[in-house]
Amino acid sequence: MDAAVEVRELVKRYPGRPTNAVDGVSFTVDRGEVFGLLGPNGAGKTTTIGVLTTRVLPTGGTARVAGVDVAADPVTARSRLSVVPQRSNLDRSLTARQNLVFHAAYHGVGRAERNRRADELLERLGLGDRGGDRVDDYSGGMAQRLLIARALMHAPQVVFLDEPSTGLDPQARLFVWERVRELRDTGVTVVITTHDMEEAAALADRVGIMDHGRLLALDTPAALTRSLPGSATVDVDVERAPGDSDDALLAALGALPQAERVEPVADSGGLRARLYLSADAATTVGPVSEVLAARGARLTGVRIGEPSLEDVFLSLTGRELR
Amino acid sequence: MTAVDTPRSATPVAGPARPDVWRAFTALLWRDVFVTGREFVPFLLQVVLQPVFLLFVFGKVLVELGFASSAYSGVLLPGVIALAAFLTALQNTAFPLVIDFSFTKEIEDRLLAPLPTALVAVEKIVFATARALVAAAVMFPIGWWVLGTLPVTWSDVPLLAVFLVLGSLVGAAMGMVLGTFVKPNRINVVFAVVLTPLLFTGSTQFPWPALDQLRWFQVVCAVNPLTYLSEALRAEMTPDVPHLPLPVCALALAGFLAVFGVLSLVGFRRRALD
Repeated sequence: MDAAVEVRELVKRYPGRPTNAVDGVSFTVDRGEVFGLLGPNGAGKTTTIGVLTTRVLPTGGTARVAGVDVAADPVTARSRLSVVPQRSNLDRSLTARQNLVFHAAYHGVGRAERNRRADELLERLGLGDRGGDRVDDYSGGMAQRLLIARALMHAPQVVFLDEPSTGLDPQARLFVWERVRELRDTGVTVVITTHDMEEAAALADRVGIMDHGRLLALDTPAALTRSLPGSATVDVDVERAPGDSDDALLAALGALPQAERVEPVADSGGLRARLYLSADAATTVGPVSEVLAARGARLTGVRIGEPSLEDVFLSLTGRELR
Repeated sequence: MTAVDTPRSATPVAGPARPDVWRAFTALLWRDVFVTGREFVPFLLQVVLQPVFLLFVFGKVLVELGFASSAYSGVLLPGVIALAAFLTALQNTAFPLVIDFSFTKEIEDRLLAPLPTALVAVEKIVFATARALVAAAVMFPIGWWVLGTLPVTWSDVPLLAVFLVLGSLVGAAMGMVLGTFVKPNRINVVFAVVLTPLLFTGSTQFPWPALDQLRWFQVVCAVNPLTYLSEALRAEMTPDVPHLPLPVCALALAGFLAVFGVLSLVGFRRRALD
């Protein structure tokens, strides 16, 4: 089965700019996959999506969506993809429902079918009783849901969501995430861009990390974080034996082969030590406990810290994501 | 899940090999007609008020007061109809495109419809032309009402229609050039600088051949496409007034249409695609 999205050596340089906005990016998205492009603003994510959605002309390389070369045949590509933009671009001369119906009409969906789909999607996205409203009266979250409904009106094979939850409150964000997962369940391929690593980790089957127009890493969120040495941590709360000192105890923990380094954590009541690990955090708890027992100290609390995509980005670029 | 996604997603075979471009085009046109239909009265007020006042003050008041002869209204009426059509077409591409491309981005959904980008531009021009023709059409009964006479017979209608379509297409294309090439923060200035001269150098208030006394102004008016529409309507409606021959008008308008048509498509493409 051919890929839903196929990008090869994609290059985009805007006229008059000294560097490439997208600089030789290649990746493939399988059908039915949720694929995330993660990176800071200006990393080239939106330009990449722009090329894939026929709005940006590539300088070099090829991009195919649903088997169609987007540069060679944008018209056919548009019939197979849809876009949920970062900022609402709803037609404010129309009601919510008319936005859906006209979108489907542009895509050649018959009258009875587009009316049926509009009602169904309004219902599914929790807008069933607000279809007749002007979109001006819609809140940000409602507009986002309507944009998603509109994107589904012509039954696209690939849906692109640009920063789908930027500016939404937590509840609206979860609602959008649920809808994205539903899409995957129905076999629609989803490509999202985000600068929110939590969103990428929550939604994406695979994540591509972009910075300065390049794709730095591409894998499942779990594999990306697993690949990162020294960012798994264990925090241990310790009641040390009388006569023992904090420094001596920290040194003993630091001598463990799994520990890369040990630091006391500030502002905790007793002694809390944080071990930065080269190995899996869970398997380190046993040896830590043994070291403490040998010194007559009591282990009163353990907290395991898994590395996040934020840490992956930091290690790849030396910078924070935001 | 629901049936909405199932047709294609369950069996990911390609849909029809080529989307129906013509169907998409008519759907875009229908959207614009639908939206206009709901605000038809405001639309009419917007397009006819200026020409109505022009006609009333210059064709009626000045004549009644004895500052102009009644023959002048014969000069004026074809010019005012030309003006109504031309400016309506121009404004109906220029303003909406500035707003759409720079602020609301509402046009994006239509740019993602399955038809070539150039056809989205053509649709805008066709629709602006349609509005211009409505504006021109309502000027006839208004002219009759204000002036008391209407120098038109049914046999004039085909030629008038041909020239009004041609002139409106030129106006719409010029509007698209303005709307896509001018920076959005400059649009107010540009409109003031462009619209007023267009209004007064379009031979709407005077017959162009009579300007040979004022040669430099005649040359200026000759580069305004509106001149050829005014002259063509005058040739058909009031042939006794000196006027340019119809073939000259047709040729000039066709030339302007070719130039502005190409420029407008270039400008639209520049704004639509990065």
